Amino acid sequence: MIVIVDYGAGNLTSVERAVSYIGFKSVITDDPKKIVAADKIIFPGVGAAGAAMETMQKKGIDIALKQSFNSKTPMLGICIGCQIIMDRSDENNAQCLGLISGETRAFSNQMAATFSDNYLKVPHMGWNGLKIVQEHPLFKGIEPKDEFYFVHSYFPVPINQENIYGTTEYGITFASTIGKNNLFATQFHLEKSGEPGLIILKNFCLWSPLK
Amino acid sequence: MLSKRVIPCLDVREGRTTKGIKFENNVDIGDPVEMARFYYEAGADELVFYDITASHERRNIMIEVVRRVAKTIFIPFSVGGGIRTLEDMRAVLLAGAEKVSVNSAAVKNPEIISQGAKAFGNQCVVLGMDVKHVGEKKGIPSGYEIVINGGRTYMGLDALEWAQKGQSLGAGEICLNSIDADGTKDGYEMNLTRLISDNVSIPVIASGGAGRPEHLADVLTDGHADAALIASMVHYGTHTIADIKSHLESRGIKIRKTRSTK
Repeated sequence: MIVIVDYGAGNLTSVERAVSYIGFKSVITDDPKKIVAADKIIFPGVGAAGAAMETMQKKGIDIALKQSFNSKTPMLGICIGCQIIMDRSDENNAQCLGLISGETRAFSNQMAATFSDNYLKVPHMGWNGLKIVQEHPLFKGIEPKDEFYFVHSYFPVPINQENIYGTTEYGITFASTIGKNNLFATQFHLEKSGEPGLIILKNFCLWSPLK
Repeated sequence: MLSKRVIPCLDVREGRTTKGIKFENNVDIGDPVEMARFYYEAGADELVFYDITASHERRNIMIEVVRRVAKTIFIPFSVGGGIRTLEDMRAVLLAGAEKVSVNSAAVKNPEIISQGAKAFGNQCVVLGMDVKHVGEKKGIPSGYEIVINGGRTYMGLDALEWAQKGQSLGAGEICLNSIDADGTKDGYEMNLTRLISDNVSIPVIASGGAGRPEHLADVLTDGHADAALIASMVHYGTHTIADIKSHLESRGIKIRKTRSTK
């Protein structure tokens, strides 16, 4: 069973609809027992890292996710789900799950001014490219020109290069897909990125890595 | 680099799409879900639905449309028109919209922006602004004034001040509609778009006046807009998303090429 984790961070139904559209069943839950028992885990989300972590801790979801990570259950983080797997976040100065070493940093408030010729705004909102820097089974079928939908003001900064699978340019180059063991996470919204997003989502639903 | 967005706007009345010219003589085009599918497959980067259903009792029809659209397309879409309360916003977002846009309700009660941003996140809240050029005068230092009721009611509110206030209240994006340019097909209001875009840090969608691909190219370069709204120029088949994007690309503008438009 594919479980979509509800930690009070926004629109889970859009991920459920996308999973259903590509032919898989999923359940939305905030129950740590169901999360630990899942075959696969998706943790999507919009909102703030601090509030997300608070909800997780209150419900014991943080412990469940760490346990699932250690037992190598395939896991997919989306947007906030790509940020809270780091050690900490600039957003609300939140302590996070620490599944991948490093932190989540804010795009500079000065970006609009610094890059005034290009009018870079924060949040980084819209369609942007993905440069694959390391092959991964979930990238199967992705083409160099494919773009993905982003909405975020923070981005993950892994300490170890080996955790970075793809990067995106927005004034700076940042890690937009990261992973470790059977955990994979995208800063962009797979459920809102048209066909390329659905391809990665489907690859995840079909993924059966060694445990 | 970030691509500039091309966003078709569908006016919906009681569950059917229309396109108004200067807000009058609306004609029925068809089923919003089928149009959404068509534009999704044609390479639209996002969609905007604007509910012009007059009767508040019949607004559930729109929620059902949103629900069906959300099962059909997998790109972001926003819903605006008649959003008055936090509950209206919640209903639209739960039905599957990515963003909700508030316009006249925010002018009357700015707190709805901060309440919406707090409850659902800034990225969910789009501030829709209808603007008319009135010339510089007392209380309107920018020369652009906020209007509501399709341009019939002047609010004595400066457009630039309102945009900045909307941002500070938590709007994640501005959809800037020029009532002067709307329906003319003569191009976007460039000065207004540049003025607002240069003085806020959130993305600005230009709206009103698009008739030819050149108009989008102009507003996305000289107009400093982040995205451009289009309606009749594609609804009536005069232009396609593909030929608009191909023109933008020829002007050196970064656009998203979908697999269908490649």
